[in-house]
Amino acid sequence: MAMGVSDPIFGDSLPVWNPLRWDPSTFVEVLDDLFTGQLGVVFLRTLAYVAAATVLSLLIGYPVAYYVARHAGRYRVLLLMLIIAPFWINYLMRMLAWVNLLTTDGYVNQILMFVGALDAPREWLVGKHETVILGLVYGYVPFLILPLFAALDRIDQRVIEAARDLGASPAQAFLRVTLPLSSQGVLAGCVIIMLPMFGDYYTATLLSGSPKTNMIAKLIEQNINASAGGSTGAALTIVLMVFVGLLMTYYLYSVARATREARS
Amino acid sequence: MSAQVDTSGGKTPLARLQTWWSNPWGRPRFLVFFTWLYVLWSLVPVAIAVLFGFNAGRSRSTWQGFSLRWYYQDPDLSVLHDPSLRDALLQSLKLAGLTMLIATPLGVALAIGLARWSGWGSRPANFLMLFPLVTPEIVMGVSLFLVFVYLFGFVQLGTQAQLLGHVTFTISYVVIIVRGRLFAVGREYEEAAMDLGASQWQAIKMVLLPMLAPAIWASLMIAFAISIDDFVITAFLMGDQSSVTIPVKLYSAARAAPSPALNALASILLFASMLAITIAILVMGRSRREEGAQGSAVEDFARLDL
Repeated sequence: MAMGVSDPIFGDSLPVWNPLRWDPSTFVEVLDDLFTGQLGVVFLRTLAYVAAATVLSLLIGYPVAYYVARHAGRYRVLLLMLIIAPFWINYLMRMLAWVNLLTTDGYVNQILMFVGALDAPREWLVGKHETVILGLVYGYVPFLILPLFAALDRIDQRVIEAARDLGASPAQAFLRVTLPLSSQGVLAGCVIIMLPMFGDYYTATLLSGSPKTNMIAKLIEQNINASAGGSTGAALTIVLMVFVGLLMTYYLYSVARATREARS
Repeated sequence: MSAQVDTSGGKTPLARLQTWWSNPWGRPRFLVFFTWLYVLWSLVPVAIAVLFGFNAGRSRSTWQGFSLRWYYQDPDLSVLHDPSLRDALLQSLKLAGLTMLIATPLGVALAIGLARWSGWGSRPANFLMLFPLVTPEIVMGVSLFLVFVYLFGFVQLGTQAQLLGHVTFTISYVVIIVRGRLFAVGREYEEAAMDLGASQWQAIKMVLLPMLAPAIWASLMIAFAISIDDFVITAFLMGDQSSVTIPVKLYSAARAAPSPALNALASILLFASMLAITIAILVMGRSRREEGAQGSAVEDFARLDL
C-alpha cells in the first residue's frame, strides 16, 4: 500500500482504476514539458546539483572514511560517534544553522570580510547555486561516509602489505588494491546519497528560496499542495520514481548480495 | 610515530620525507588534519545554532549574553509561551511517542516472522522490507497523501494520517535491527526450549523475547528518533495548523520568521533525539559486554545500514 506510487491519478484528480480507461493527457503534457519546456530545465538543474554534490561529497567523504577505518587508532570510536552524530541532528536544523551563518551580517560574511576575501557582505541566501550545493553536500556527506567506512574497514590490512612487499609504491597500492576493493562501498554510498537528493526540495527552499534554484521535487510539492494540481504532481512523481528506480534496484540488489554473503 | 624517528635518524630532509611517505605504518598527517577539519565543519554550525538559542538578544549573528529567554522566560515569544512553537513541540512528542509504541511491536513480530519463515515468498518479502529505506521520502509522502485522500478517505489528514505514515516507514528500521539480532541468536535456544516441552508460543515468550530485549529497547529509541526527525512525510500528511511538528515549523519559519526561539525549538528536538540515541547505544553496548563481545556498540551502530 505504501508503494502506491502508481496510483493513476490522471484527468481531474479522480482515480480511475481500469487501465484501459486511463487518460494519459496529463502524463503526456508532463513528458512534453520535460523534453521541450521549462520542466526540462529544472530536471537538468537537478541532475547538475546532484552530480556536483555527489562528487564533492565523495572527495570529502573518502579521505575521512579512509582515515577512520584504517588509521584512527584510539580515536576510532570517538570519531565514529562524531561522524554518526549528524544523522540524528534534524536535517532542517542543520540547514537552519547555515541560514544563521550565511545571513547578510552572519559569521561567514564577517569572517570573509575580516580576512579580506570580500569587500562588502554577500547575499548568500538569494538564488545562489553554490549555496544550494553546499547545503546538499553538508546535508548528505555523513550518509556517504558510513557505507564507505564499512567497505574500507572490511579490507584486509595484509592484502595492502602484500602489495607493498611486492614492490608497489603507496600510491600504486592505493590505486590498484584499496580503491578497487572499496569500489562497492563507493557505489553504494553514492547511490545512498543520490536517492534522497533527487527527492530534496527543502534544501533549495531554505538556502535560496528562488525559483532559479528549484529542484524537481519542489515542483512536485507545489503541484500536490495546489488544489487542482494533484494529477500533475502525481505524474511528476511517477517520472521521478522511474528515474530513481534504476538507482534503487541497483542498491537493493547490492544489499541483498551483501546479506547473502554475510549469512553464508 | 616512534618507528618513523628510528628509521629517519641522520638522513637529509628529503630522504626523511621519503621514508615518512613510504612508511606503511606511519600516520598520514594530511588525513588526520582533514578528518578533524571535517568533523569541525560538520558539527560547529549546529553548535553555533544551539548557542544562539541561548542568546539574550534578538540577533542570530551577534552574541549578546546567555539567557533562557527564548526557552521559557519571554512571556510572548519563548517556546513555552508562543502557542505555535509549543504546539509544534507537543505534536512532535505525541507523534513520535505513539509511533514508537505502535511500530516496535509490529516490527518485532514481522522480524520474527520474516527470519523464521523460509518457505515460498520469504525472499521477496525480505527484499521488499528494504523498500521504504531507499525510496525518496517525497515519493513515499506523495503516495501516502494520495492514498489517504483518494482511496482511504476515512483517514483524516493530520495526526491520524501522520501516525499511519510514520508507522509505515519506521517499521522497516525496527525489522532490520531486530532481524540482525535474530540471526545472531540463532534458532537453537527456541528449539531447546521446545525439546524441553515448551509450546511454540511459550518458546517465543519465555526464551526468544528476553534474548531480543536489547534489540527491542534499541528499536523503541530509534523509532522515536526517526519519527521525531521526519519532515517530508509529516509535511505531506499534515492537516491544519494543529498538526505542525517541529521540523515542519522549522521549514516554514526559518526564512519567513526567524527568531532565536526557533533555534531554541530546534535545540529541544536535538536534545530529544540525542537522548534517545544515547540510550539505544548504551543498551546495545551493555548487552554486548554481557556476552563478552569485542569492539564497541558504536561500531555496530555504524555498520547498521540505516
